Amino acid sequence: MTEQAVEAPSFTPPTRFAVPGRIAVSNRAAALWQTATLTEIRRETPHAATYRFAVPAWAGHLPGQHLMLRLTAEDGYVAQRHYSIASAPDDAGHIELTLDHVEGGEVSGWFHTVAQPGDEVEVRGPLSGFFAWPGDRPALLIGAGSGVVPLMSMVRHHRAQGLSVPLRLLVSARSPEELIYAGEFGAETTPVFTRRAPQGAPVGRMAAAHVAPLLAEQPPGGWEAYVCGSNAFAEHASRLLVAAGQPVERIRIERFG
Amino acid sequence: MNVTRGFTGRPRAHNAGLPPGQYDAGDDWPVLSAEVTPELSPAEWTFRVDGLVEEPHTWDWDEAHALPGSVYEGDIHCVTSWSKFGVRFGGVSLDAFLDVVRPHGSATHVVAYSHTGYTTNLPLADVTGGKAWIAWEFDGKPLSPEHGGPARLLVPHLYFWKSAKWIAGLRLLDQDEPGFWEQNGYHARGNPWEEQRYSGD
Ligand SMILES: Cc1cc2nc3c(=O)[nH]c(=O)nc-3n(C[C@H](O)[C@H](O)[C@H](O)COP(=O)(O)OP(=O)(O)OC[C@H]3O[C@@H](n4cnc5c(N)ncnc54)[C@H](O)[C@@H]3O)c2cc1C
Repeated sequence: MTEQAVEAPSFTPPTRFAVPGRIAVSNRAAALWQTATLTEIRRETPHAATYRFAVPAWAGHLPGQHLMLRLTAEDGYVAQRHYSIASAPDDAGHIELTLDHVEGGEVSGWFHTVAQPGDEVEVRGPLSGFFAWPGDRPALLIGAGSGVVPLMSMVRHHRAQGLSVPLRLLVSARSPEELIYAGEFGAETTPVFTRRAPQGAPVGRMAAAHVAPLLAEQPPGGWEAYVCGSNAFAEHASRLLVAAGQPVERIRIERFG
Repeated sequence: MNVTRGFTGRPRAHNAGLPPGQYDAGDDWPVLSAEVTPELSPAEWTFRVDGLVEEPHTWDWDEAHALPGSVYEGDIHCVTSWSKFGVRFGGVSLDAFLDVVRPHGSATHVVAYSHTGYTTNLPLADVTGGKAWIAWEFDGKPLSPEHGGPARLLVPHLYFWKSAKWIAGLRLLDQDEPGFWEQNGYHARGNPWEEQRYSGD
């Protein structure tokens, strides 16, 4: 081997938004399809259910990561979609996903109308370290609809590990019946209802008034913000954060398409 | 093959334009980006090409538009498994920009970076010879901010994370240097026909 002078220096762009670089993704796990066996189905809301799987060789994940799931038809046709992991990392050999029943949806439709315990699907992952939260920094979580799924993994992790780092969750749902994980939220959570609210609670979109108090109580080192949901929601919520003074390079967004 | 019990998939016509593992998103154009959509006006937009070139150059909006226009008509493919057929982007071929800066013979790769700081790496051969564009129009209208407007890179033969939104520049290098998603486990090249989704594929 000969020594070669490297002419072009390593490159960092002249802007502030950068890869966190603090979370390594296992390339082996990401490349490998594994069989996941459905062990339990729990209804969350009229339109969402949680699917628990045994994945014996699961390499583990960090809260916030997602996986790729595929279904194969008899004729070889394959459908694959991304799903966030709902469970906390320390659920040895098991993972949970929570799926919205999308009207006319190919994959979510199969889950909601056909799937039963004992069925097998294939998964690869975990994927993407960018949205992950290892539990190290104060985290301000904002989600809507099934966008609460990766955020719930963070909340569960926070609880399971007894972490003291500040954590807040703002979650938007159409109505109390459609609030996924409603029974599991604690003092860290503020729900926002857009169509129908419990008696005495206001109805309306997530607004500056929800975000401002959280940004006013800045923890030491500031918040790392995680926004998850439909693209329309992600745009709205990230604008609220920027308007309230959250630095753009400390907002991570996961858009469900 | 691991057949999923009771899964038939949606009725579908065979489509030779669909790479393996992809579905036709029809009229939908999903938005996927990890960062806040920047507020970037055409007047603020610039595009720079430097690194291993004879003459680094920065174009502003008007200078870039003064280059000969070029249109891409065809399909695009996102790693999240949707494809979109028969799209029409307007802009300028990357070759027109590279002709001005004159790459060194030693340049083998580029890092594309955006005004948000997003980066993605590509072999130089994947962005030359009429294979890549700087695009500012979609379907004859200005490209919307959430899809990368005022201007994005367009490399339609690779997965769409390579087509950096809000493109700010290209740096030519003599080595491959992973960008944002590539450091987060995505494939270095991302050819949809070979299903190069994740590192190791
Ligand atoms: C990183 C990431 C994480 C995600 N995490 C989650 C999660 O935790 N939970 C979750 O629920 N979702 C999640 N999603 C969304 C998920 O990946 C799927 O997009 C979602 O489940 C819909 O897939 P589907 O196959 O059911 O619907 P699709 O079949 O993809 O259909 C989507 C829409 O297109 C319409 N459509 C398209 N083609 C046709 C056709 N030929 N005929 C009729 N209708 C059609 C459907 O009616 C439907 O409205 C995530 C997405 C990403 C990118």
